Amino acid sequence: MSETLLEVTDLKKYYSSSKGMFKKFGDAVKAVDGVSFTIEKGEVFGLVGESGSGKSTIGKTILRLHDKTDGEVKYKGKDVFSLSKKELRHLRVETQLVFQDPFSSLNPRIRVGDAIGEAMVEHGLVSKQEVRERVLEVMEKCGLSPFHIDRYPHEFSGGQRQRIVIARAMALNPEFIVMDEPVAALDVSIQAQIINLFSDLQRENGLSYLFISHDLSVVEHLCTKIAIMYLGNIVEQASKEELFKNPMHPYTKALLSAVPIPDPTAKRERIILKGDIPSPINPPSGCKFRTRCPMATDLCAEKIPDYHDAGGGHFVACHYV
Amino acid sequence: MEIQNTTVNKQKNKTMVKSPSLWKQTYRRLNKNKLAMISLFFLLFMFLLSFVGPHFSPYILDRTNIADMNQAPSAAHWLGTDNYGRDVLTRLMMAGQISLTIGIAAMFLSIIIGSLLGAIAGFYRGVVDMVIMRLADILMSIPGLPLLLIMGAILSEWKVPAEYRLYIIMIMLSFVGWPGLARLVRGQILSLKEQPFMLATEVLGLSDRRKILHHLIPNTVPLLLVVATLNVAGSILSESALSFLGLGVVPPTPSWGNMMDAANNFMDFRKRPWLWIPPGTAIFLTVVSINLLGDGLRDALDPKMRR
Ligand SMILES: Nc1ncnc2c1ncn2[C@@H]1O[C@H](COP(=O)(O)OP(=O)(O)OP(=O)(O)O)[C@@H](O)[C@H]1O
Ligand code: SF4
Ligand SMILES: [Mg+2]
Repeated sequence: MSETLLEVTDLKKYYSSSKGMFKKFGDAVKAVDGVSFTIEKGEVFGLVGESGSGKSTIGKTILRLHDKTDGEVKYKGKDVFSLSKKELRHLRVETQLVFQDPFSSLNPRIRVGDAIGEAMVEHGLVSKQEVRERVLEVMEKCGLSPFHIDRYPHEFSGGQRQRIVIARAMALNPEFIVMDEPVAALDVSIQAQIINLFSDLQRENGLSYLFISHDLSVVEHLCTKIAIMYLGNIVEQASKEELFKNPMHPYTKALLSAVPIPDPTAKRERIILKGDIPSPINPPSGCKFRTRCPMATDLCAEKIPDYHDAGGGHFVACHYV
Repeated sequence: MEIQNTTVNKQKNKTMVKSPSLWKQTYRRLNKNKLAMISLFFLLFMFLLSFVGPHFSPYILDRTNIADMNQAPSAAHWLGTDNYGRDVLTRLMMAGQISLTIGIAAMFLSIIIGSLLGAIAGFYRGVVDMVIMRLADILMSIPGLPLLLIMGAILSEWKVPAEYRLYIIMIMLSFVGWPGLARLVRGQILSLKEQPFMLATEVLGLSDRRKILHHLIPNTVPLLLVVATLNVAGSILSESALSFLGLGVVPPTPSWGNMMDAANNFMDFRKRPWLWIPPGTAIFLTVVSINLLGDGLRDALDPKMRR
């Protein structure tokens, strides 16, 4: 039986754009506007969407790195936002985050070994004497050489830095990792290496990932389930096979048509979306996608489409599916 | 042959040293700044003169010698003698020891107080921030010198013994020195806090103490280094001004400032310039050198700031 690790229900996160005394809620950036999903133990859950669709905000909110506006996040059955101080410290060990930019996510004045080891010592997982040994172990797992341990981050390339960031996260032996576009800043040739590292680590340690990406082809190899986001909402969610075989939402179809397919004889019509993603401060009425949807009708402007099960756990939010 | 060998070696070294540490890069850039390097060497010379020099002096510091009173510079007394017959050069060197020590100690105190309070204010924000920064604002809105003069006058009123005055002056100087530093450090902390690597410390569940002391403050070190250097110059000047007015270091303990007191006396000023020109020159050159070095350091640490 699979076991639910993370359960997100109707999560909302608004950033108030006007700061200070005259705060108006109407002006809020609705970065995440009612999102629900669950992640099972050992599952790799892909979250895909354009820039600004609220992916990072979801990642940070479920780890309680900032406040939520509304909704619920349960990790192992416990509400993340009502954890005691002690329980929160525990959560910090069990969950980790890998950042998009390997350059700004490493402190330039902290040596690689310290960056990887300090949290282990802080949480009392190893003693000060053993820490170096443990750090070397983790470094090796993540494809770093022992002599890297006393170097500073600026001596490394982007790919190596991302390995350091991964090692830093892996050092605490977490169960759940949010990967926030972990390869987007890397060269294509390096991307494959890092993705292989992810899947090795995942299999060896039985980890669960929330894998965020703006590119469907990146999540294709790794994920078991995929959710597609648009402007703060999940518009479609299904198992990977189902989603690639049978995309239902017009947005998903457009995204999929842009993914290169290995078979050159196979023909697929490329759907090009018109216009830009609208502002999350003032999203379109009804279906938020209607300004760019090739199938939009009057109904789409009036009524928000239901997020419903279209059969066999394939969820979609569109009036015409 | 030899020459060729060394150039080959040099090239080898260049390729082997992949990326020099931040400090080495900084030193290299500083090395190119002639003015800053001259200042650095002058300051080293001043230190040696003040801390090693007195050991080579044949004269005892406080020994008065009426027979040798008010002598002009000669082979025996290179900078002459004062109105108690004490050797001016020996006193100048001892005074340097005291003035430099006060300047540096006051700087360290200001740095510790200023960077900790600034970091705490910037890190916690809210009420803590408000209390600390309003206090700093108040202290900064009172001009430093009058404040020091008042405190110095109180010390004289209380008849604090000369040997304790040194320490009290250090504390006084850091008292007026920390607010500016706290404000600078706070500003840096505010922008550093937004960096993803600080979000990473939160993800890792590190303690506030560790976040502040290991992650934030080390990133302000380049700034602190520059400000600290300039702060030493300010402290030396303030101490000299106070001592000159008789409110700082008081005789018989020599300081560059109280040696300048000779310039207050018309006879000494006109007839015996060897009494006040050497300490005046020492203050002037030391302060200018420190400022030039500080500017050089700032440019070397952050080439983007260079204009
Ligand atoms: N701290 C913040 N304050 C105000 N608005 C924010 C903040 N962080 C994010 N936003 C806004 O929230 C929306 C969603 O941002 P988010 O970073 O979650 O998007 P994303 O999907 O991760 O995009 P990207 O692919 O560019 O990383 C954006 O419109 C962004 O401008
Ligand atoms: S609801 Fe209408 S606008 Fe929205 S995706 Fe479906 S067809 Fe397009
Ligand atoms: Mg993002």
